[in-house]
Amino acid sequence: MAETVPTTLGDLAYEVRSKNAGPFWVTMELFLRDADGYRIAADEAFLDEGTVARLYGVDEADVQIFRIPSLNVVKISFPRPVGQASLRDRDVHSGQHHVPLAVLPVPAT
Amino acid sequence: MDNERVDQVKVLAPTGMLGAGFPEATIERGLALGADVISVDGGSTDSGPHYLGASQPKTTRAAVARDLRVLLKAAAGAGIPLIVGSCGTSGTDSGVDWVAGIVADILAAEGLRLRVARIYSEQDTGALLERLDEGRIHPLPPLGPLEAETLQSCTHIVGAMGHEPIVAALQAGAQVVLAGRATDTAIAAAHPLMKGMPAGPTWHAAKIIECGGQCTSDPRSGGVLATIDADGFTIEPLDPTVACTPTLVAAHMLYETVNPFEMREPDGTLDVREAVYTALDDRTVRVEGSRFHVADQHTIKLEGARITGYETMSFSAIRDPRILADIDDWAALMRTMIRQRVAQTIGLGDDEYAFDLRLYGHNAILGHLDPAVGPPREVGVMLLVSAPDQSTATAVAKIANPLMLHLPTPDMDYLPSLAFATSPAEVERGPAYEFVLNHVVDTLTPTDMFRTEFEEASHHG
Repeated sequence: MAETVPTTLGDLAYEVRSKNAGPFWVTMELFLRDADGYRIAADEAFLDEGTVARLYGVDEADVQIFRIPSLNVVKISFPRPVGQASLRDRDVHSGQHHVPLAVLPVPAT
Repeated sequence: MDNERVDQVKVLAPTGMLGAGFPEATIERGLALGADVISVDGGSTDSGPHYLGASQPKTTRAAVARDLRVLLKAAAGAGIPLIVGSCGTSGTDSGVDWVAGIVADILAAEGLRLRVARIYSEQDTGALLERLDEGRIHPLPPLGPLEAETLQSCTHIVGAMGHEPIVAALQAGAQVVLAGRATDTAIAAAHPLMKGMPAGPTWHAAKIIECGGQCTSDPRSGGVLATIDADGFTIEPLDPTVACTPTLVAAHMLYETVNPFEMREPDGTLDVREAVYTALDDRTVRVEGSRFHVADQHTIKLEGARITGYETMSFSAIRDPRILADIDDWAALMRTMIRQRVAQTIGLGDDEYAFDLRLYGHNAILGHLDPAVGPPREVGVMLLVSAPDQSTATAVAKIANPLMLHLPTPDMDYLPSLAFATSPAEVERGPAYEFVLNHVVDTLTPTDMFRTEFEEASHHG
């Protein structure tokens, strides 16, 4: 088969969202569809603090990841890189910043 | 008021935000289910620092009045307290007075007599400077240690109260409590804690219901009722056709939290690691195992905002594919030309003002993080200028006006005309603010940073 479209984290999830957690943090959640999807998203060899740091241009040491198998959720928090509602803030509620995470291709199986 | 111990306390949370609206029938339903208290949040930092910095509410008066009229009549009719937190969006003193004025008008119009307490949470800079000198103000990540000048630069500073000042007001006979800045959970936790309910289930229930129906299968249908007892809490939606499920309730601990397992309150930390969520039926959830660890030091979190400058915005748009094919080069040329023209005409250097050029439809939201490529079909061009005063910001935006109308790409040999969205193109935004405090104060007592005043809001009879 030629030119297959890679599967993304968003494909494995029924919702990927981001939001402010107070004025100084952004948090995002991957709600995976099932345990199989959770296993892929929760795999530290694929998605760890370094991956998030590269996706969002933040310091790896500041990234916190919470893996919650009972909910099939991976939650990611890091300090807001741009001050809320400052001149260069284009997303006051951080509500659209999940997209780089959602379109991240998962490893081919 | 009544301080006798009870077996359980039912908290009615009508909506996540006063003024957002809710069906009146859901309040009647909550009363019929035996609600002991109504709590509703009137504010948040979520929409940005303007509301604190300028001390202006985000909600419109009519929407707040509509919700309050329903809730005041319900509370008066059932003889239960109504608690409103973070009045006026930011919880400043004028925000409390704004809500108190609306309440007074409604009580007078409805002929209701309720004892109203106003709890003020705005902080005096001088007092905070003393606490800073004593080493009793500490940063929360990601901010560093507090500087005195940061405190002095704020237009308004509030402290987020815990349940204690609200409990004190209730015990003093308040039937309506209008709190300044309070933690989102304190308003729901106050009455159950006063009645002797355990802290773990109380704070956990308060967190789950702080956004009203967000933890239900239809958040737009109205709020929820939480029943807290000695062993845990039970939660159900106020709309009988809507459900709470264990997954929805557990997932709400994720919402707008950095850490989904722990949440710090002024007097300790909620810990939900061992919480167990069980469906009692197809729409009611039982939660047990929530714990609360009392802190060695009671602390109050500060919020403060200051002016960063004055902004003027201009908005044009591009549809010509020839420009859109080179949109990044066009934008780079625009930035260069604005700087040149501003230097030529008003002599301002690059460090004396700032602007942000946003290409909506191309990459405005995510910028260099955007994973997508390819030319857009149309682009909205927002120029946002910041300067130390409004007239300078507007002057820069007006100097950019001919460029926003006619700038070609570097390789075009004629002047295109672009699509301004409005005339005039420039909009003065006034002062812009930033949050600068994310620090906690070691308190002397849980209530001494807050001031409570009582009034009989109705002068009828």
